[in-house]
Amino acid sequence: MSNPFVSNAPQRRRKLERGSKSTLLLAALAALAGLIGLLLAGAHPLVKWALAILMGLASGWMIWLLTEGNQEEPFLRVVKRERISIWKKIGVRISAIVLALLVDALFILCVTGLNPIDVYVTMYQGTFRTNRLIMAALRDWAPLLLISIALAPAFKMRFWNVGGEGQVLMGALGSALVMVYVPQAINTMFPPETAAGLLSGPVIYLLMLLASVALGALWGFIPAVFKANFGTNETLFTLMMNYVAIKIVSSFFNLWRGKASALGQLNMTTKVGWFHGTTVLGVRNVTYLSTIIFALVMMALMFCYLRYTKHGYEISVVGESQRTAQYAGISVKKVTIRTMIISGILCGIVGFLIVGGKDQTISTATAEGNGFTAIIVAWMAKFNAFYMALISAFLIFLEHGSQEITNAYQIMNKYAADIITGIILFFIIGSEFFINYRLVFRSVRKEVR
Amino acid sequence: MKKFAALLLTLILCLTAVSALAMEPVAKEDLKIGAILVGDEYEGYTLAHMEGILAAARNLGLDESQIIWKRKIEENASCTTAAEDLFDQGCQIIISNSYGHQDYMNAAAEEFAGENVVFVAMTGDYAAISGKDNFYNAFTKVFQSRYVSGVVAGMKVAELVENGTISPEKTPNNFTADGKVKIGYVGAFPYAEVVSGYTAFFLGLRSIYPDAEMEVTYTNSWFDISAEAAAGEALVANGCVIVGQHADSTGAPSALQKLLKDGTVCYSVGYNIDMLEVAPDAALTSPTNGWDKYYTDLFSAVINGEEVPQDWAKGYEYDAVGITPLGASCAPGTAEKVAEVEAALADGSLKVFDINTFTVGGETVTSAPVDLSYLDWSQGGAVVYAGETVEAIVDGAFAESEFRAAPYFSLRIDGIIEDAQ
Repeated sequence: MSNPFVSNAPQRRRKLERGSKSTLLLAALAALAGLIGLLLAGAHPLVKWALAILMGLASGWMIWLLTEGNQEEPFLRVVKRERISIWKKIGVRISAIVLALLVDALFILCVTGLNPIDVYVTMYQGTFRTNRLIMAALRDWAPLLLISIALAPAFKMRFWNVGGEGQVLMGALGSALVMVYVPQAINTMFPPETAAGLLSGPVIYLLMLLASVALGALWGFIPAVFKANFGTNETLFTLMMNYVAIKIVSSFFNLWRGKASALGQLNMTTKVGWFHGTTVLGVRNVTYLSTIIFALVMMALMFCYLRYTKHGYEISVVGESQRTAQYAGISVKKVTIRTMIISGILCGIVGFLIVGGKDQTISTATAEGNGFTAIIVAWMAKFNAFYMALISAFLIFLEHGSQEITNAYQIMNKYAADIITGIILFFIIGSEFFINYRLVFRSVRKEVR
Repeated sequence: MKKFAALLLTLILCLTAVSALAMEPVAKEDLKIGAILVGDEYEGYTLAHMEGILAAARNLGLDESQIIWKRKIEENASCTTAAEDLFDQGCQIIISNSYGHQDYMNAAAEEFAGENVVFVAMTGDYAAISGKDNFYNAFTKVFQSRYVSGVVAGMKVAELVENGTISPEKTPNNFTADGKVKIGYVGAFPYAEVVSGYTAFFLGLRSIYPDAEMEVTYTNSWFDISAEAAAGEALVANGCVIVGQHADSTGAPSALQKLLKDGTVCYSVGYNIDMLEVAPDAALTSPTNGWDKYYTDLFSAVINGEEVPQDWAKGYEYDAVGITPLGASCAPGTAEKVAEVEAALADGSLKVFDINTFTVGGETVTSAPVDLSYLDWSQGGAVVYAGETVEAIVDGAFAESEFRAAPYFSLRIDGIIEDAQ
């Protein structure tokens, strides 16, 4: 083994250090005991301070043990895992969540003095208190998942598409343009009865979809063409395209709002372009069922597209190495442009579904930052569509939980609630490290050999 | 003329007609109130609403636990979800506090028509013409308290000129070419609500010190501390000695405090909250809304099965507006003058938009038709909810907030210059 971390420390020395692992365990236990005591301790601040000091000391001890230098062989080494069993993976993630909840509990208790268990129950209720809240969570989950699915092929190709937000906005604009101008055109071109028939029929939805797809695809196509032909930096390009889209949407918003102080819903009187509501789980007027179904279908399709089709194979080859792709006769240029158009089309459709189904209007906040959140989702899921569904559901659960906490407690404002969800996210992303690498202590060097 | 008077009377009757609440009375201990808020306690505008709701609840002996808050709710479909969830939690009164919530409250009112619940979109403008009996709007006549804050500012300007702190010779930057004192104003958006407010402020100021000119800068945001501070600084740099505001943050007053400390003569009139904490020397006063008056009316109407106007607007006559305590920098005699003006506004002898006090394009305004319809501008101004077109000049004054609670004064009067947005 040529691992530079492995040294041939004398046996004698190793013997002396054999106790280290158990010492570390002891320190960790002391820290944990302090933490649990802190959570259970009554109101007396003196006890809390004492426990906090105990925790601090124990943690300091741990850090010292971990970093103590002056040894021929480091006390702790990081080794890349060859493979990891699914159970171990799940175990790492669960322990990450448990640890995050413990740290959060500490934050809640020390900063706000609330009972952490109550806060967690409230957080859970943000999604699960009523069927209506479950539906609201699904309504917010579907676009996030869809955008993640849209970005995944580009990322897999190592094309840094951070332009999801702009592509969704342009898609939304396509639908809004149709909602605003097509009824006027139809009303002037056809006699009243024909016009009414056209406006209430599927034609308008088809036009909205087409306009959204066209604009979304255009916003994916432009950076791809520049990248493929001139080698421009796609990260900057797609990022800037977001701002261009925001400014365009903002101009139309101001144009359409006229003398009113806000745009409000489009076509309020005629409801042209609004999706019809259905009753789901006893919740009336659900206009976003199509979004949820489409997200589920796309999840399966994208999974198959990336894994089982020739396109999917080409994408992964281009992602692994452009030279290999060229050598194998794959046109990198073609794959780049094609994949980005697919990304753009999907994002465009999300814009259509949001404008028609969820908001019935457009603003610069239509995409709600999901174009950026989806980047995290896609990467955390390693482009597996089913994992993306789980991760985006988890993110929405956190978001709705944080909103519920904000509603319930005066002392927990939005920022404090976001710290709680932020800590959970931090631990989960951090746990990826322990899935990819493992820690090797000096006293167990034998195993490494 | 007789016909016109009759029409006017009918209109006034229509609009001020109280409608019985479309719901069964709710026992005091069973009442649940849901409030959808665009911000939270840490932002002045929402804080004023929360305090109003809490004060109304205290007045009527309700417990704080009977109020369910929805904080930081955006002006999109999440507002509808919040309203629906409040209904699920058993609220009989559901209030939203931002104009942009109105459409979604309207949708919720439509969804729950016939249920024992009312929806109140504060500062909204079309409940009365929406054809719904479970949908309400309310606004205070805050332009009256802006006028009074203008009087406070006018007293200060008069003092500064009289004691020679500012003069065309000594501080020429504070005066226009024709010798008028420069006044500044930080506005959020160029909407009627803001125009009505700054005009009232300016008229109040000019009622004390007539030789003034005002420059209005828009920030295009209701709450932007740094943009408001920058606008305040720019106005002072242009020579403004007073900077008023219709934006929700403490940005401008704190910027002016710093400039005043550094030796520039400039004073601030805030909005919504007492600015003395951030600007102890620069702040003169702030006009405020007394939302508790409306909320008390609303809650007691629901408890007692009484009536409440579908479009409620009240001012000094009902103590629904006011100004915060005067700062130490105010000119001597200000308190007495304020009391006098407030009393005159309360008994109706003084009208804020008296047509003899302003001109538009050099002419006195004798007619100002106002269309009260709610229009969809994206469809070229198509009518969503039809309202009457009324003559707003009544008895020699522009009758603001009489035909509809939400402000509709949007004349640009002489002496005020709007900066390009």
